[in-house]
Amino acid sequence: MRGTIKTAAAFTVVALLAAACGSNTSKAGGGSSNSPSTSATGLKACMVTDTGGIDDRSFNSSSWQGVQEAQAADPSQIAAYPTGIKYLQSTTQSNYVPNINAFVGDKCGMIVTVGYLMGPATETAAKAHPSQHFGIVDYNYTPVLKNVDGLLFDTVQDAFLGGYLAAGMTKTGKVATFGGEDFPTVTIYMDGFWDGVQYYNSQHHKSVKVLGWDEQTQKGAFTGDFTNQTKGETLTGTFLTEGADIIFPVAGNVGLGAAKAVQDADSQGDNANMEWVDTDGCVSAPQYCKYFITSVEKGIQTAVKNAILTSVKGTFAGGNYIGTLANGGVTLAPYHDFASKVPAALQSELATIKTGIENGTIKTPTKSPV
Amino acid sequence: MSGPPGEGPVTPGPVTPGPDGPQSPGPGTPQDAGTPAIATSASGDAPPPASGGEETAQDGRQPFGRIILESIVEGNSAMVTTLAIVAAIVVGGLLIAFTDPVVLTAWSNFSANPGNAFAQAWDSAAGSYSAMFEGAIFNPHTIAAVFQQASLASALHDGYVSAVFNPLSETAVNATPLILAGLAVALAFRAGLFNIGATSQWIGGAMLATWLGFGVSLPPFIHCVVCVIGGFVGGAVIGWVVGVLKARTGAHEVIVTIMLNYVMEYLLSYLLGTSALGKPGSNDLISPNIAGSAVLPHIAGPSLRINAGFLVALAAAVGVWWLLSRSTLGFEFRTVGANPSAARAAGMSVERTWILVFLIAGGLAGLSGAAVVQGTDHFLTFQSYGTYGIDAITVALLGRARPLGTVLAALLYGGLYAGGVQMQAVTQTPASMTEVIQALIVLFVAAPAFVRALFRLRGAKAGGEGQTLAKGWSG
Repeated sequence: MRGTIKTAAAFTVVALLAAACGSNTSKAGGGSSNSPSTSATGLKACMVTDTGGIDDRSFNSSSWQGVQEAQAADPSQIAAYPTGIKYLQSTTQSNYVPNINAFVGDKCGMIVTVGYLMGPATETAAKAHPSQHFGIVDYNYTPVLKNVDGLLFDTVQDAFLGGYLAAGMTKTGKVATFGGEDFPTVTIYMDGFWDGVQYYNSQHHKSVKVLGWDEQTQKGAFTGDFTNQTKGETLTGTFLTEGADIIFPVAGNVGLGAAKAVQDADSQGDNANMEWVDTDGCVSAPQYCKYFITSVEKGIQTAVKNAILTSVKGTFAGGNYIGTLANGGVTLAPYHDFASKVPAALQSELATIKTGIENGTIKTPTKSPV
Repeated sequence: MSGPPGEGPVTPGPVTPGPDGPQSPGPGTPQDAGTPAIATSASGDAPPPASGGEETAQDGRQPFGRIILESIVEGNSAMVTTLAIVAAIVVGGLLIAFTDPVVLTAWSNFSANPGNAFAQAWDSAAGSYSAMFEGAIFNPHTIAAVFQQASLASALHDGYVSAVFNPLSETAVNATPLILAGLAVALAFRAGLFNIGATSQWIGGAMLATWLGFGVSLPPFIHCVVCVIGGFVGGAVIGWVVGVLKARTGAHEVIVTIMLNYVMEYLLSYLLGTSALGKPGSNDLISPNIAGSAVLPHIAGPSLRINAGFLVALAAAVGVWWLLSRSTLGFEFRTVGANPSAARAAGMSVERTWILVFLIAGGLAGLSGAAVVQGTDHFLTFQSYGTYGIDAITVALLGRARPLGTVLAALLYGGLYAGGVQMQAVTQTPASMTEVIQALIVLFVAAPAFVRALFRLRGAKAGGEGQTLAKGWSG
């Protein structure tokens, strides 16, 4: 006990001495680099994460990416992290209100919140602080709030393309999809994928089957969360056994388990591939890039970036934004390793369908509309 | 844990419901305790922990789980708990400092400028902790702002005064559900039961309170009270199921409560997707807002989030204290907790006690759900239950399963959560660091208990434990 106290005391003395000696140089260095850029004209862009955390490989990390891109696009107005851009993580739902309030108190020019669960909290804060700009991902308001950008994404459109592509690429005549949980933001992808396959069947008089989802009955396969990769691996293994050769997981990190199962099948000589969701899989999970035919992307990054930049430029209008194929808010990612493997005919058909969806001649029905 | 009825050895062990700690007003002798045997054992309430410890130290045949339980309830002195908190804060400070990129850069140049390396580490930890203090207890800047106002009246009117109390209010708001859920776990601990199911009971209470909140229309005050009672009932029903399963079938409550957590989590998700609990015209898994009349009123002005839920929590703590220390029922709870066989021999119905304990514990956890929905959130989502049920276990452990201890532990946790937000906002130290500190506290508190349980030791002196602890974190 006594020895411990001595050690601790000695350490404290050393630390205090060091602090006294070192503080001059360090303070001068740190202060000069930051203060000029955070002048009165600058803007702070602040983000409150959902409970998934900042590195969820899904909408939180995409949103944060968008905040960082906005900073990179206009470094003269937005200082670098952690001065000009910063985030607060919500570990539980009870953090939403205090986190938003902390940023209001911190004089953030633009506060980005993520996910529909933060909808009510953001609405309350927006009404209480009418001159404060907000952006919310995956949510919007009817009637619209003048100081909130509600950012929604019609992912049924690019999932439709993904489904068509999968149907065109399958060799077994069976493709599969599954979700993390039965949420509207998940099943909208599965609806689009299913629609795309049916459209391929009607165009080519084929009968490609979709395992794991049926738009008519709204029933299908879900792993139960967005984190347990083992469940994704098991479920994908089942689909592969049943004869599917292209898997489309809509389950965030669980998709990595699916990729593992696809890799295992591939190493045993079976033909198996997949499509990634939300982000470009070759960027967010590059180790599995060779199995990704494409990714059904949701342009959260760009939408968040643009919302922040309008706030910087003083053109912030608020209201609702819906990302579509036409405005680039949703899109199919590049084929990467599959660029040479996707037949040219199929690629041009996809281009035609994309135009059809954009001008409304091809309908993309879904039971989970945005 | 002793097994199902009749399985345990009928040892005439000490029927010591344990000393009641600082809040004990003296021997909790019930007025109408039945047999003489009970009356004698009730006097065992009075002696200090040391003598109680000696008696059981000779009994090496007790099940492991029971020893852990007793260690939790009777073991650590306030000194050990305090030292554990200090140790956790020190270790947490080191973690904050040495996960900070600025500090790591400074340390990579240690040989060139050792002073700077220490200074950066100190700045990082001190900055984070002072931000945490400002977020949890009080922020000197807000006091300064009050004095800059023309008069106290204008400072009051413009909200500068309430800004001073905002940190304390946030601490209380964060502590409220933890007090209630912590009591649910603590009460069960005292009766020798592990309640791992505060989450399921929380959901049961929150669902009923929310449904009553938006589905029923009543006059303001009555509506609020009805919803709070609904919260208790909703949780109590889930707790009752656990108690009945244990009493009738011998199913172990740990298994049953853990499984019921899953059942209730999925039931909540399901119901939010239907018109029963979901918001009409929306696909999102979120309930409608409860009516304004069902909202627990703010108790310190509209700009502070502290609400009547905090008073409900404190009242519940007093209620549990009265129940455990002053009532015949509580005496039975503690007797069953200390030695079920002896309780049975003395003519108590152990099964009935189990059911009642889980009924009340479930109700308390349900109140926690009602307090969150009616106090701060005003609606329910598929993840509203957060980590309250899990935190409740650590709060009860830290509070040594005593009502007062639970309240203090919950306030500490509430303060860490409230301060964590400020810490993250000001210094960008991850808020997860508060969870690390919480875990470290529990680890330090639990470690001596575990050590004693493993070696079948009991009632070590406070000084001895301090030594173990000190050795633990110096080496």
